[in-house]
Amino acid sequence: MEGLQQFAQQVVSGTAIGCVYALVALGFVLIYKATEVVNFAQGELMMIGAFLAYTLIVIFGFNFWIGAAIAIVFTALFGAGVERVVMRPMVGQPVFAIIMVTIGLGFLARSIVSMIPGWGVDTYSIETPFYGKVVEVGGLVLSQDHMAVIVLTMALVAVLYLFFRYTRLGVAMQATSQNQLAAYYMGIPVKTVFSMIWGISAGVAAFAGLLLAPIAFVHVNMGFLGIRAFPAAVLGGFGSIPGAIVGGLIIGIVEALAGFYLPEGFKDVAPYVILLIVLIVKPEGLFGTTTRKKV
Amino acid sequence: MADALLEVRNIETHYGIITAIRGVSLDVREGSIVTVLGANGAGKTTVLKTICGVMDPEKGTVKFEGQEIQKQTPDKIVHMGIAHVPEGREVFPYLTVKENLEMGAYTRRDRDGVARDLERAYGYFPVLKERRDQEAAQLSGGEQQMLAISRALMARPKLLLLDEPSLGLSPLLVNEIFTIIKRVNDEEGTTILLVEQNANMALKTGDYGYVLEAGRIVMEDSCQRLREKDDIKEFYLGVRDTGVRGERRWKRKKLWR
Ligand SMILES: Nc1ncnc2c1ncn2[C@@H]1O[C@H](COP(=O)(O)OP(=O)(O)O)[C@@H](O)[C@H]1O
Ligand SMILES: [Mg+2]
Repeated sequence: MEGLQQFAQQVVSGTAIGCVYALVALGFVLIYKATEVVNFAQGELMMIGAFLAYTLIVIFGFNFWIGAAIAIVFTALFGAGVERVVMRPMVGQPVFAIIMVTIGLGFLARSIVSMIPGWGVDTYSIETPFYGKVVEVGGLVLSQDHMAVIVLTMALVAVLYLFFRYTRLGVAMQATSQNQLAAYYMGIPVKTVFSMIWGISAGVAAFAGLLLAPIAFVHVNMGFLGIRAFPAAVLGGFGSIPGAIVGGLIIGIVEALAGFYLPEGFKDVAPYVILLIVLIVKPEGLFGTTTRKKV
Repeated sequence: MADALLEVRNIETHYGIITAIRGVSLDVREGSIVTVLGANGAGKTTVLKTICGVMDPEKGTVKFEGQEIQKQTPDKIVHMGIAHVPEGREVFPYLTVKENLEMGAYTRRDRDGVARDLERAYGYFPVLKERRDQEAAQLSGGEQQMLAISRALMARPKLLLLDEPSLGLSPLLVNEIFTIIKRVNDEEGTTILLVEQNANMALKTGDYGYVLEAGRIVMEDSCQRLREKDDIKEFYLGVRDTGVRGERRWKRKKLWR
């Protein structure tokens, strides 16, 4: 029983961190599918969202949910603004140059945040309504923080699914990602759609940052977690949304189990070992397709 | 023709340093079917892209209903009433047939009208109704062409731009599609600008025609009269009334002046 309890705890905490990877990977994939740009500042968008939430909730004493909502909305607006001001003028430049710009944006965000008084390079935490509580599921004692992360991720993914599948704007975003030229012909405002997709990705990243805050910490370098989410996106088949989610979960769980059952050091390599194995067996990733999209 | 729905005047459009069309002027009267004939690479697609706003001309003007539109964005132009059936269909491969059609109506806000037009599209092409929940990528080439035409009609355009609808289709399908094009023009009064390499079908369907060669308009007349011209017969309809190579080459040269 003890062994089962430990195993279950590792799986749940791995799933929780995997949810965060999944959401950051989702942000990568949304932007990549629409614009063919890999946004390496995705982790920094998450960090900015977490700092905004920390400021509102801890410093200004907002209610947790209200502070969280405002932080997500502002990060989304910030992401849309970055697209408008920085990325849009880059259209037509080599993809390589555009990706370098996103890496530069990540550096910039980290150095600016580290200079802001009250933020800086210290470590902060946000107390959630679930802090320190546990739930019992079928005789197993599990942390409520972890369960909340899982449930909230499922809810967000469901909302995004419904949005992309059933709303006019959501379908138009899919259409733009599938065939940009045809989207222009339909009168879909393609450039505005790109801004909105950046906004959604940034909002999702902020959501991930809020989920991460109670199980890790708020810190200027928390965005490096994006480096973990990247193999998650590749594992799922870069460009596939279900793939990003499954990839994130696999990496989170493998990491947790490797960290618990294997000697020290394996935790950090395990995700890459899994990634290598998957890419050898199925080079296009778990959910990947080999068809190229039309631009 | 001062009362033309579309007036193109002296447009010149480039791809980087390549000039694709130069000094192109044409008129499309309301309610008519106008066709632009030209061989591969003549610049037909570029003319349509310039009209619908995906490309901006370096020089010249495009007037739609008396308003200059050559500087407008494509979404504004769709809103004004120009819809485009692009070369090679360009359907949204992973959206269903129905979703593709709904995207055609993206600029519209009248839900009832859109629902009616969806039924109208299914009426023109019943196979689309059968396949409405399938992904567009699963359709055959002919079905994708039907989808592309219906999708453009979903915008309820005043002017429909058609880029080589016959490309890669069997003669039977070409016939079916041109029959529908004619019906749309007759029944709805939709004005049509049709660009084709298939001169035979285009000249049978159209009212007025232009011939585009190497980016310039080299000839224009009513479709009926164009059908009778020797140059057209020879180079576009494949009718050869002489076997003497020298004479053919001389005619080709003359056409280019
Ligand atoms: N994307 C492009 N880049 C550079 N040149 C192009 C491009 N598209 C077309 N062209 C050139 O412009 C000319 C006209 O092309 P196009 O309008 O596509 O002709 P058509 O539709 O009559 O076959 C051709 O000479 C072609 O080589
Ligand atoms: Mg063409």
